[in-house]
Amino acid sequence: MGQIIQYIQSYLRTKDLTPGAAGNVFWALVYIMLVFAGLSVAVIAMNWLERKILAHMQVRLGPMRVGPHGLLQPIADALKLLLKEDIIPAEADALVFWVAPFIVVLAAFTVFVVVPFGPTHAITDMNIGILFMLGVSSLSVLGIVTAGWASNSHYPLIGALRSSAQMVSYEVAMGLAVVSAILMTSLNAEGTGTLSMIGIVQAQQAQAEWFIFKFFPLGLVAFAIFAIAMVAETNRAPFDLPEAESELTAGFHTEYSGFRWSLFFLAEYSAMIAVSSIAVTLWLGGWLRPFPALHGPSITIAHVWPPADPTAPTGALDFVLALFPGLTFLFLAGMCFYSTVRMPKHPFFRIQTIGLAGFGAALALIGLILFWPPVRDRVGDIYWFSAKVAAFMYLYIWYRGTFPRYRFDQLMKVGWKILLPIGLGVLILTATVALLQTIWHL
Amino acid sequence: MTDPNTLSPPSLETHVAAHDDTFLDTNELVINMGPQHPATHGVLRVILRLDGEKVLGLECVIGYLHRGVEKIAENRTYTMFNPYVDRMDYVAAVSNGLGYCEAVEKLLSVEAPPRAQYVRVILTELNRITSHQLWLGTHALDIGAITPLFYTFRDREEVLKIFEKYCGARLTTHAFRIGGLQYETYNGFEQEVKNFLNFFRPKIDEYEELLTTNRIWVERTRKVGVISGEDCIALGVTGPVLRASGVKWDIRKAQPYANYKNFDFEIPTGQNGDTYDRYLVRMAEMRQSVRIIQQAVEGIPEGPIMAKVPKVMKPPVGEVYHSIEAPKGELGYFIVSDGSTQPYRVRVRPPSFVNLQALDMMCRGQLVADVIAVIGTLDIVLGEVDR
Repeated sequence: MGQIIQYIQSYLRTKDLTPGAAGNVFWALVYIMLVFAGLSVAVIAMNWLERKILAHMQVRLGPMRVGPHGLLQPIADALKLLLKEDIIPAEADALVFWVAPFIVVLAAFTVFVVVPFGPTHAITDMNIGILFMLGVSSLSVLGIVTAGWASNSHYPLIGALRSSAQMVSYEVAMGLAVVSAILMTSLNAEGTGTLSMIGIVQAQQAQAEWFIFKFFPLGLVAFAIFAIAMVAETNRAPFDLPEAESELTAGFHTEYSGFRWSLFFLAEYSAMIAVSSIAVTLWLGGWLRPFPALHGPSITIAHVWPPADPTAPTGALDFVLALFPGLTFLFLAGMCFYSTVRMPKHPFFRIQTIGLAGFGAALALIGLILFWPPVRDRVGDIYWFSAKVAAFMYLYIWYRGTFPRYRFDQLMKVGWKILLPIGLGVLILTATVALLQTIWHL
Repeated sequence: MTDPNTLSPPSLETHVAAHDDTFLDTNELVINMGPQHPATHGVLRVILRLDGEKVLGLECVIGYLHRGVEKIAENRTYTMFNPYVDRMDYVAAVSNGLGYCEAVEKLLSVEAPPRAQYVRVILTELNRITSHQLWLGTHALDIGAITPLFYTFRDREEVLKIFEKYCGARLTTHAFRIGGLQYETYNGFEQEVKNFLNFFRPKIDEYEELLTTNRIWVERTRKVGVISGEDCIALGVTGPVLRASGVKWDIRKAQPYANYKNFDFEIPTGQNGDTYDRYLVRMAEMRQSVRIIQQAVEGIPEGPIMAKVPKVMKPPVGEVYHSIEAPKGELGYFIVSDGSTQPYRVRVRPPSFVNLQALDMMCRGQLVADVIAVIGTLDIVLGEVDR
């Protein structure tokens, strides 16, 4: 026990406490807990947001009863799922049936080991980060296939087969798009490429350009391929064939219920967040704020600006963008207060009104804390990263509200006959343009 | 590999295909779709024979909603049976009522007064719109587009409000009586119908905006469930399915009933007989319905709403067949009278039941996902199939 405490203290005592540096066990443990908790909260929030946004797109209200504006609905649903009877079909292969959801969840969560939320905000920094991410995230297909097979039933089997074929096919196009982004990492002063997730963002910082705008429109096309493939990879609309409700009832998880089903749900949403994080890291500058090269005139406000870190930029634009995290939370709090005022005045709604006001107050408090300079300067990275991922989450919901579902053969056609050739072409063109412009200076 | 087109339909006994020992050959998979299935529109049961995802053949099993409506008719008077017909195609109850009332009127040799005819046309065409809206919403939902459903239900509500105000019911309206109408229209009926038309015209564009040019929608529906005009006629398929195959057959024009000959409208037809054409035909039909209602509501005459019909109806001995163009196709009533107060036999020719026969032909060689699309595009209502 004493040894363990000493071990931890040795890390705390070191001069440069760089959380996220590879091999730093203590911070890795802290970040594992933070990421796990944050991810669970994100999945719960995503559940609520998806239902509300989809509902408003479809001229209905969505959850309105459990808590103000249905805010507690995901929690109520989670409790319901946990309390449900645990059913394993008599004909199912019990062990495989039992293991399958855990494989999926494991794959979805392990990906976050290398996701960089900031230059020093990551569980670990692997030098093969992106390979690790792609490799682990494709393990989830194993869980889906075993789930479909172990159910010993027709619909899950067809769902699992569809799913495996789909995920394997789209990984090819996805990989090509990723390679073209990795190629771009070598085009800075040092001239060395990297597979490390942190390194990829730092390469974008060094080149003062998000890779989506690099060699316009090549970066954009590669990004678009990835953005399409990642929707297919996570089995979401319009590529949600494995769980096509109208055809296969629920696809590979037809026979699952209760807690096991909720694991699939959790895995689906964390996989969505994971692939969005890859896209953000590779093309949208990861934790970098918008316009990373612009700073504006240098300004000074007593006790507020410039930040304590002497290496940080001091421009006016930097200052305004540094206020965004706090402003976002204040805006959300404002929305809550506005809804509180608009709540029906009937005594029946009193508790809901108080609850909503309290929620708004909590958000406002967080917003104010985020203005405090020491906090403000440390959360900027995480804020921009989360904001970009959140934009992708909104896109997922938007797709679901807009598109019909592809048929299986059409899905394969899109993957192999459209995305794959374009991906190859973009890769070749990127390499050519990089050679001509950056290396040979033609 | 066996040719799917030469196979006979699977029977219930051939659930498990003979095991083939040849290397690399796949076994047939027999899946039971329904009667509890989200996409079978009620309680249709389809036994699919699959090779992977490819449909080798299918068999429909019906009867889960059988209520013996035709037998009930033999024990009810002509008036008493009138509400029962609403329960067959509950999505287009007004059309059912119109067909039945007109058939009995033909048997009694009476004719509804002009004002009643106009109101009947207005309500029937409004009902055609609601039926097509429900079809569009569920069909799009089956193909994976979830949003059109809510748009169509939102707009369908406006029609149902008019029905409710007119006769007190929203779905099973029992709107018409033999010989005319029971209720005079309420105050402001014409204005409300006109308001609805103005409200609804841009809504059709809204539905089309989401689907008509949507690449995925077009890919999912074009060349899916193709059926030729000849096959349609051979199978007795009617309604939008027949018209989408290029046959210009609409009973409103071919054998005008009510007072449809007074109105100016077109029969939209397709060329390819695929699911996309059927979609376009139904969308165009909604526009034509709007056109008919507009003319009817502007030209509605004053006058009585009920013809002279005896309190106790005893039609002369004889038989009559009368058919109308229901939203789903030809809806026919064959009524045999033995001169008593109760019909000797009522036989209904429901469009859904006859159209459902084409399912096997339309699905052979297609994929599982297409079966869903084809069931949706046939626009069946199981209450009418089973009766």
